[in-house]
Amino acid sequence: MERTTGRYKKRSQAQEVWRRFRRNKRAVAGLIMLIVLLLCAAFAGLIAPFDPNKQDLVNRCAVPSMEHWFGTDELGRDIFSRIIYGARISVSVGLIAVSISLAGGVSLGAVAGYYGGASDNLIMRFMDILLAIPSILLNIAIVSALGTGLQNVMIAIGISSIPGYCRIVRASILSLKEQEFVEASRSAGASDFFIITRHILPNCIAPLTVQATLRIGSAILSCASMSFIGLGIVPPTAEWGSMLSTGRDFIRNAPHLCTFPGAAIMYAIFAMNLIGDGLRDALDPKLKD
Amino acid sequence: MAEALLSVRHAKKYFQTKNGLLHAVDDVSLDIQKGTTLGLVGESGCGKSTFGRVVLRLLEATGGEILFDGVDIRKLNKKELRKMRNRLQIVFQDPYASLDGRKSVFESIAEPLIVQKVFADRLALEDRVYELMETVGLAERLANAYPHELDGGRRQRVGIARALALNPEFLVLDEPVSALDVSIQAQILNLLQELQRKMGLTYLFISHDLSVVKHISDRIAVMYLGKIVELADYREIFKRPFHPYTQALLSAVPLPDIETEKNRILLEGDVPSPIDPKPGCRFAGRCRFCTEACRSEEPVFREISKGHFCRCLLDCR
Amino acid sequence: MEEKKRELLEIKGLTVQYHTSDGIVHAVEELSFDVEEGKTLGLVGETGAGKTTAVKAVMRILPDPPAKILSGEIFFEGEDLLKKSEKEMRRIRGKQISMIFQDPMTSLNPVMTVSEQIAEVLRLHGKITRQQAYEKALDMLELVGIKRERGKDYPHQFSGGMKQRVVIAIALACSPKLLIADEPTTALDVTIQAQVLELMKELKAKYKTSMVMITHDLGIVAETCDSVAILYAGQVVEYGTREQIFKNYQHPYTKGLFACIPDLFSDSNELTPIRGLMPDPTRLPEGCRFHPRCPIACERCGKEKPGPVETEPGHWVRCLAAAKDWEGGNACG
Repeated sequence: MERTTGRYKKRSQAQEVWRRFRRNKRAVAGLIMLIVLLLCAAFAGLIAPFDPNKQDLVNRCAVPSMEHWFGTDELGRDIFSRIIYGARISVSVGLIAVSISLAGGVSLGAVAGYYGGASDNLIMRFMDILLAIPSILLNIAIVSALGTGLQNVMIAIGISSIPGYCRIVRASILSLKEQEFVEASRSAGASDFFIITRHILPNCIAPLTVQATLRIGSAILSCASMSFIGLGIVPPTAEWGSMLSTGRDFIRNAPHLCTFPGAAIMYAIFAMNLIGDGLRDALDPKLKD
Repeated sequence: MAEALLSVRHAKKYFQTKNGLLHAVDDVSLDIQKGTTLGLVGESGCGKSTFGRVVLRLLEATGGEILFDGVDIRKLNKKELRKMRNRLQIVFQDPYASLDGRKSVFESIAEPLIVQKVFADRLALEDRVYELMETVGLAERLANAYPHELDGGRRQRVGIARALALNPEFLVLDEPVSALDVSIQAQILNLLQELQRKMGLTYLFISHDLSVVKHISDRIAVMYLGKIVELADYREIFKRPFHPYTQALLSAVPLPDIETEKNRILLEGDVPSPIDPKPGCRFAGRCRFCTEACRSEEPVFREISKGHFCRCLLDCR
Repeated sequence: MEEKKRELLEIKGLTVQYHTSDGIVHAVEELSFDVEEGKTLGLVGETGAGKTTAVKAVMRILPDPPAKILSGEIFFEGEDLLKKSEKEMRRIRGKQISMIFQDPMTSLNPVMTVSEQIAEVLRLHGKITRQQAYEKALDMLELVGIKRERGKDYPHQFSGGMKQRVVIAIALACSPKLLIADEPTTALDVTIQAQVLELMKELKAKYKTSMVMITHDLGIVAETCDSVAILYAGQVVEYGTREQIFKNYQHPYTKGLFACIPDLFSDSNELTPIRGLMPDPTRLPEGCRFHPRCPIACERCGKEKPGPVETEPGHWVRCLAAAKDWEGGNACG
């Protein structure tokens, strides 16, 4: 046989995924929404018309106007600017907290599901304990142990949502490891690590992306509630959740104090969900075309 | 007698279940000569697939010896076993479930080569994969296709190519054509026979389809509830079935032929549960020749004529 | 053999397409066959040949969209089923025509006892009390060889063969005139298959039910059918009595099918597979649909669409080589 160089040109997986993702209009809309959000977070200083912390006590709770697009809050700070700055914190809380729980949940779930037996029992009972404690209580406990501050809030939120991922990964692995392609790989002499990383985890991607994108939204909300009870973001730092909770006191007279931060949170969650659904479909070669 | 490549002695595999001990494979002994095919026939739940996996140590046996080329596979440590995997491979029934939906044809076939680090050189690996694809009759352009884009026959060819990648000597074929249409079934059977001729492969061919087994096998073993009830040359077993179960099984196959008058032996009832089986012959409850002795005495596996073994107390030919 | 034939079901020129995003799937084209009263017709073909589509059209249970019945007539007792309203069809389904599906595991409801499931059909189609229906249901179970006591058991307590018996009991509960069996024994083991086939034959003889038996197994056809239609890529390629098909098959595809089956009781070990693969139903070949895989195809086969040719009374072959004006190679042995 004539020897030719590099006959096998792998269809680049990333390119394929991107091609399928691009065709999904809703997913692209979500992506654009996310990019806008990220740009706001990155260039907050350029976009925001006011200093987010500058108080103007004369202009308290002003309704939206040409000067203050979203109005001002109870201390007369410009809500639009605060939302733009708040994007920084909210986006990073969402992403980092989810990454922490993803890393923890996937590795623990993979071990529990693949090896079963004692390790499964140990891990899953621990997860049950975590699940049994209301997540807000768990967050408070972790933050009080580690000390207040944004970083610790993210860790706390990350840890308290580990069980969800862990359960998903374990359940998919339990069904996947019985599949014949896993057995085939084993009969070729593949190691457990190879099988888990090459066969099992790629097949868990669909439920994981959905879970992860949904959790980004709830992570932002959890962060908000932590801020509300004074364990998260320290005032006066702009953050959507704390803006929402302080705005609650004024909801009768100045509903825009709640409306705009709420809309911002909704916007972020909506974008993530659209992207999540699009990714799930794009990552599945069976749904091609 | 030629040397046996695979020699199984008293292999047992029991599963602990809620309701008792499930005897999936119970005291199975057989030899497979180099370059030949042993067909293992039986109905669903008789333990034939479990046996195939026990032979490859994909399942750990409960007892017995599995000698491959003189080495007991059950005694190998992890490292030795991984090396041994080069020589024993398996092709599965459902070519859809046995291929990872997220791996292209090329990746699936290349996997064993990558796992066993056969080639340091990427180009050599590619050449080997294309060579394998050619061997099993897959067009080069399919290298990038995903399993769901292929029909059943081509998927099964990928499964075969993957099994052949490491140049094995022995293949367990677990119902490799059951999921395929008849015309495709014939193509795959011919391919398997051709590969055996060319490479001197030894097969353990597991199937529930008697006509397929007969077509490809040199010797045939009939399994019922975890035990081999009859073992003989393929011609012998069809001409002179000895065990009442074999007789019933043979007569149950619908033949595409309207001339021969069939004397069908209809079996009563269903296959009994393999959990904590009663003493005596496993087939006693459904056997039309059953005697008092059959219910209490365990029949031995005896040679009734040269090379023809049967596990029955009676002579009910 | 000049007795008066009575056709229970007559399908004439049925064409069904699926309109999908990949294009138009020509599932069934110009399909015609008859089922005589009390007789069994075998529909033989491989995956994707259009067997199931054809019978679903008879039951009028094709999903629309994507399925579209473009043309054709389906006469059942002289009336065109395609002209019936949905309400009229509901009265026919289950009572006049009933169907047995391939997988007994999924065609029974896991949360109802088997007697309830049989009684349900009875109460749907007849004015009988709950108690009467229940009694009749137990009678039906007995008829298919299941003890009456087991009526209060749930499907998961039965083995595969037993479940298929329950499915048969449900299908026969209202004594239908026509029974459509879609691969009724494919999911079963051979010895259990033999039991179920035997049961179906007995019941058919007892109730004089006509039957359409869908299968890919020529062995089952030889055992149970009176006439046979061989389907390939949505068309009937050969149609005749059981004797005509088994002793005097003429279409190259039929011939290929027979050559693919390993013979149980002969020493020869040669299999001659049909080369190539089933065509993509959205891009069917021009001319004869079988010609790319046909060993005797000539140039004409790629251009002309063969029509059905009657080579002997009641034996139709859709092949140019079967027609009188064929000048190519030797037809079909």
